[in-house]
Amino acid sequence: MLEDGERIIGTELLVAGIGTVGAEKIMETVLKKADLSCDDIDFVMATGYGRRNFDPAHGELSELSCHAKGVLFTNPQVRTIIDIGGQDAKVLRINDEGILENFMMNDKCAAGTGRFLDVMAHILQMPVNELEKRAELSGNPAKISSTCTVFAESEVISQLATGETVENVIAGICNSVASRVAGLAKRIGIKEEVFMSGGVAQNGGVRQALEKELKVPIKWSETSQMMGALGAAISAYEQVKKRGVLNE
Amino acid sequence: MSNEVKKKSPPDPNSAKFKLGKIATDAYVDAQAAKDRGEMIGWCSSNFPVEIPETLGLAVCYPENQAAGIAARGGGERLCNISEDDGYSNDICAYARINLAYAKIKDTPEQNMPQPDFLLCCNNICNCMIKWYENLAKNLNIPMIIIDIPFNPDYEVSDAQVAYVKAQFLEAIKQLEELTGKKWTEEKFQEVMEYSGRTSRAWLAATSEAKHTPSPFNGFDLLNHMAVMVTARGKKEAAEAMEVLHKEYLENVETGNSTFRAEEKHRIMFEGIACWPYLRATSTGLKSRGINMVTTIYADAFGFIYDDFDGMVKAYCNVPNAMNLEHARDKRVKLIKDNHVEGLLVHTNRSCKLWSGFMAEMSRQISEECEIPHVAFDGDQADPRNFSEAQYETRVQGLTEIMESKKGGC
Repeated sequence: MLEDGERIIGTELLVAGIGTVGAEKIMETVLKKADLSCDDIDFVMATGYGRRNFDPAHGELSELSCHAKGVLFTNPQVRTIIDIGGQDAKVLRINDEGILENFMMNDKCAAGTGRFLDVMAHILQMPVNELEKRAELSGNPAKISSTCTVFAESEVISQLATGETVENVIAGICNSVASRVAGLAKRIGIKEEVFMSGGVAQNGGVRQALEKELKVPIKWSETSQMMGALGAAISAYEQVKKRGVLNE
Repeated sequence: MSNEVKKKSPPDPNSAKFKLGKIATDAYVDAQAAKDRGEMIGWCSSNFPVEIPETLGLAVCYPENQAAGIAARGGGERLCNISEDDGYSNDICAYARINLAYAKIKDTPEQNMPQPDFLLCCNNICNCMIKWYENLAKNLNIPMIIIDIPFNPDYEVSDAQVAYVKAQFLEAIKQLEELTGKKWTEEKFQEVMEYSGRTSRAWLAATSEAKHTPSPFNGFDLLNHMAVMVTARGKKEAAEAMEVLHKEYLENVETGNSTFRAEEKHRIMFEGIACWPYLRATSTGLKSRGINMVTTIYADAFGFIYDDFDGMVKAYCNVPNAMNLEHARDKRVKLIKDNHVEGLLVHTNRSCKLWSGFMAEMSRQISEECEIPHVAFDGDQADPRNFSEAQYETRVQGLTEIMESKKGGC
């Protein structure tokens, strides 16, 4: 939630998969925390895969534009954004005027997305945010080569069964995601500075593997996961400014 | 109070749409009539020189067109499953899987065509075609005539390539004469060549009217009309219908009308075969955002202009999937510049490895040279299991937002 287009006055995150219930709950919580009501909100902008079904929204914008707006708001020097989210992975190219000029998204399947890491964390019986710490302990990352999530799952199981350490397997999983996404980035062309947004940005294992693949430093922030939402809020503010009427 | 019934006005028999639709429908009817008369009829791949069966007076049907029709009417998955149950991999072209299934079951509610007595195959469109037709020939125990037009790694077609392919054209004519008893005459070939030229010139002229803003037509029209360009170029009716189409587009330019029934906010080029099972979803995703797909490589690909037999051979060596990347790119760059295209939407078509394979690099080069964004979405020309509407929508919306922001909006 953004005030006057510059002050973040509320954030909330909920990983929920059914319809727009999660978004409704978030809105309720964020308003409650800020001691505000719906009437205080000038414009709600929806983004992400449920953006067209969220009734309280006044407008909708793709997560591509939203991530670009969010990242550029906090890091105006960024020219390449790598966003690895739950359902897709994308690389955004920003021009020198700070405008999104092209993008590349994952093809075919879930490989290279956050969902891939979720599935792997599930079979390793650990929370997804545990992967980073364990990957750091790897001395020799295993090779996870399958692009199919289910095949990669069986690859992980057989690597563990033949004596590979959990740490090496986790590092291999991170490398596998990084390798898929690096392919997208190379296709669209890397221009520094590079920033990583989306939930997977929190995973240092993937970030470092990406830096190694792309041979450039990759910036990120604790709020990387919120960049899409921030971009949506900025866009909402832009819409209100265009309309010319703001709540006092 | 009675419910108001929205009456659909009857199609104008003088319109290009009606005439072109009739030619496409008649192709099946005529082939069935020939079969009923006891004549031999063929199945023919889409870039096989149509002039050969046309000059010989042989009726042929086009499995690719039939498969597209079946897929558009919802039968794609059913027929793909039949082929897959028979052991064909779902990695094989869905047109091939649908047609191999049709050759087995011989009847579908979506679109029937008579069973063949011979097969005409040309690999200038893809090499999957060879194995597809070989399997048909074996399963149906009928002869297959193949013309080998290899992928050309050079920019221009060489005399050596023309000589290699011409010998095969002549051999194919001889084989068909022996097989069917029909005779090739120079007089008839001249007539077919003349109609083919007229049809092609009218097609090129009609599609080039997209240079106007707004475009006088919705580019999705081309995906339907091209069926006639593929199958009936050498017919008098096709030449006349295409000339009517061009006239209609010219009238639209003058009156400011268009077959694109929305405000044209953005103009894109569509790359790849249509996603037939989701034609409505893919088309609505564009139209709802004011995006008109003003051109496709089909606009250029089916304009076969030549003056003699050797010229015809050369034209068939120069079709999009047989030419090198630089030549293919330059043709698209010209279409983009001529038609003021602002974005490129690429169908990464699981069925067509050849086309989708070279598009990754070609899109990058086109995007760079024309300074336009390009976006790819996964789909399939006929197998509905390879498409996600939500993923398509996100990509198209992203493309729209970039085009808008380049114009100072968003």
